[in-house]
Formats: sequence, C-alpha cells, structure tokens
Amino acid sequence: MPDARPYRAEDPGQPPSLFPPYRSTALRSPRQPLVRVPQTLTEITGPAGTWEALMGPALADLTRHARGSGEAIGQRIIVSGRVLDEDARPVPDTVVEIWQANAAGRYIHRNDQWNAPLDPNFTGTGRVVTDAQGRYRFTTIRPGAYPWGNHRNAWRPAHIHLSLLGPAFATRLVTQLYFPDDPLIEIDPIANAVPRPYRNRLVARFDIDTTAPNHALGYVFDIVLRGRDATPWEP
Amino acid sequence: MTDDAIGLPRNPDPRPDNQDPALFGQTPWQTVGPFFHYGLPWKGGADLVGGSDIGARTDLFPEEHDVLHLAPPRGPVRGKTIALVGTVRDGEGRPVPDAMIEIWGANAAGRYHGAADDREDVALDPGFIGFGRAAVSAEGSFRFLTVKPGPVPIQVGGNRWQAPHIAVGVFGRGLIKRLVTRVYFADADGNEEDPILARVPEARRHTLIAPRIGADPPTYRFDIVLSGEGETVFFAL
Ligand SMILES: [Fe+2]
Repeated sequence: MPDARPYRAEDPGQPPSLFPPYRSTALRSPRQPLVRVPQTLTEITGPAGTWEALMGPALADLTRHARGSGEAIGQRIIVSGRVLDEDARPVPDTVVEIWQANAAGRYIHRNDQWNAPLDPNFTGTGRVVTDAQGRYRFTTIRPGAYPWGNHRNAWRPAHIHLSLLGPAFATRLVTQLYFPDDPLIEIDPIANAVPRPYRNRLVARFDIDTTAPNHALGYVFDIVLRGRDATPWEP
Repeated sequence: MTDDAIGLPRNPDPRPDNQDPALFGQTPWQTVGPFFHYGLPWKGGADLVGGSDIGARTDLFPEEHDVLHLAPPRGPVRGKTIALVGTVRDGEGRPVPDAMIEIWGANAAGRYHGAADDREDVALDPGFIGFGRAAVSAEGSFRFLTVKPGPVPIQVGGNRWQAPHIAVGVFGRGLIKRLVTRVYFADADGNEEDPILARVPEARRHTLIAPRIGADPPTYRFDIVLSGEGETVFFAL
C-alpha cells in the first residue's frame, strides 16, 4: 500500500496571506478563516515524473538559451542545492522552475515599465529536475534590484523566483531566493512577510566550492518542502 | 602546492542564512509577483485533453524571448471533455488580471496519476495526467479543458468516497502564498455526502459548486472571489 500519511501543516516560518506592508495583499487575501480539511487521496497525489511532457526539457543554463547570439551581460553565477523534505530526506525527480530579472533588474515582461535596459541575450527563465539525491543546479546571471510601486522609493532586493511541485498537490511551493549582504532585504515588505528568524531561510549562501574557477560565482540554496506527518488521517 | 599549503586565510563572520542548521525547516512561500507569465504557464497548460495551446499569455513578452514549452499532443483521453471557466475577483469585485490557476484532478474513472494512487482496479489513462496551469486573461478569466473526474475514495484501500471534484490552487501578485480550494459539479452525484464539503459552513458551500452554464462541451463556471463579499472557501491543508 502506498504511503497515505498526510503532509505536515505549515510551520511558523510561513508568511500570512494578509501582510499590510505589501499593499496588494489587502484586497487579495481571505477575510474568512481557512477551512481546515484532512488530506485525502486528492492532496497526497501529484503529477510526479511528468515534467518534460508538461513543461518541456530542462533549461539549466539561463545565460545560453535566449535567441540572441551573444553572451548575457552581468555577473555569471551558479545556483545549486538540494530539495529536501522536513526530515531532511531528498526529494528526487522534482521540477524547479526558475524566472528572474536581468542584471539591470529588468524583466522581459511587457508590463515591466521600468526603463532599465533589456538584454537581448537574456530571457531569465529555466527549469531543472532534481537528481536521485535531490540535487539541482543551474547557471544564470545575478539579477539586479528593481523599483516597484508599493510605496515611495520601494525597491525589491535582487531575487530569483523558484517554483516547485514536489511529490503531491500538498507540497507545492513558490518562493524567492535572495542574496547575502543585500541591504534591501530588511526593508522589503515581501521578504518581511516571513517572520524572523525564518526570513533568513530565503537567503542563499555564497560557496567557494560551488564557484567554478574562471567561470561563475557559486551560491547554495536548499529548498525544504513539507514532510510527512507521523500518522495517517483516520476518517 | 595546494591552496591550503599557501595558507589562504578564511576568517568567517557567520550570519544566519539558508544553510544554518538552526533554521532548517519549510522554505517560506513568496508571491509569484506580476511577471510570472514567461516563467510558469506553458502553451497548452490549460488544455488537459490536448490539442490546443490555451493557458499561456504570449502577448506579455516579446516573441524573441519566447521559451515557453508547447505541450505535445497526447493520446486520446477517455471520458467526457468539459470546460471549466471562471473569473478571479478581488475584495472590491474587480477582476484580477495577474493571477494564475492550477488544477489537479483524477481521470474519468477516478484514478490519479502517480505512484500514490496504485489501485489496479481503476484504470489509468495514458493520455491524461490531470495537472493544468493557466494564466488568467487581462479580464481575470480562465478556461480549462479537462475531463469530468470520476469519484475518488478518501484514501486508497478505503471504501468512503468523495464526490467528483478538482483541486484548485490560486496564485498571483498580492498573493504571498497559494490559496487552495476545490471545485465540485452541481450536476454530479454525491455532493451531499462529500466529507470535505461537509466541513464547509453550509452558507458558503455554494462557492465550491460549479453550475453548468453551457453544453458543447459541457461548461462549468467556477468564479473565484479572493476576499470579502462572496469570498470563495479556501482550505488549510
Ligand atoms: Fe520579481
């Protein structure tokens, strides 16, 4: 019989849906309490192993696959880490989807109206799949900070958006990776929706062993998905 | 001569980060923000029966940067194709133009893709995965093509059943984390006995039950209200 244990509930590091300093949460977060429901077969299943059919083949080098023929501009970096569950067991064969701004902090998105330059050689999207040890690795450009309209002189710290499905509907995660020593983190409403000290789970570590000589700086960032609860739910 | 042999200094000044063992635990959620359209939805992501490219918003980025995957056609899908349509609205009733919807459903026989559902007496459908993703339109609306799922048990090996339903995740700018809900079908059997619906206050149950509003293909409307009056029921899993 397959493992029918539910996945654990949110831990204290998860942000609330309503966080007034991030202004657009005000009209987009529930006012009613969430209805707590047991996890059924619906929530403990998921589309594992179908990533290529759905999303397409891996794109692990974001500096290479734009249609422009030249090199992407900016600081080349390698981001590597493990996807784990809360018992520190690896989560193999799970997709990590990636999107980010370019070195100037500009997205290719049409709604990004900031006048920082686009880079014809950098799109800023990729995806990788974890190996049997839960490891993933991609090469990209360190993104720049960018202004946004949340409040006067608001700037997002440099970040990379990461999206994971994990083994089940219940293990879904979308997060953002931040860089060490970024002074914008402590004044960013989105990062600060995560209470301290847990906010620091979102800060990657510079790692000389991940750094590739004469090629790219290395950062490590482990991603922890919800683990299994101890006991199955009995209806 | 090794690096160590030349005596490279290392004088760490540690500060807490992702690698700090004392901080080990669930990676916190963060919003998808407004610019997910070239990173997450793929072409055909909203068509779970195959054959169209609905689900992506290729109008939102220049063609020379288009790296979105086009889901390849799969085999014929068993069961009746349905459309699931709706509009996402905010706490003032305005459409939300930068939301994204994901759905997860069983096949027409009620079997889920993947190892966690290993029932051999209910057939898998090789043409159907059951996972879909759609960026909403500028008017906040989405449209999925899928099959009406069969009834599924609460757990493998159990004999208590759930009414046909599809799990739904809502993402977007202003949503720090996913909101989870479910869509049921007004014309399906078993809604009255469904164990999850039974936990929803009766006055709000209607927000999860989609009426049939069209015939070809059968079309069900599931509007999503994120906040305030008429707020959709969202679940804590
Ligand atoms: Fe961003």
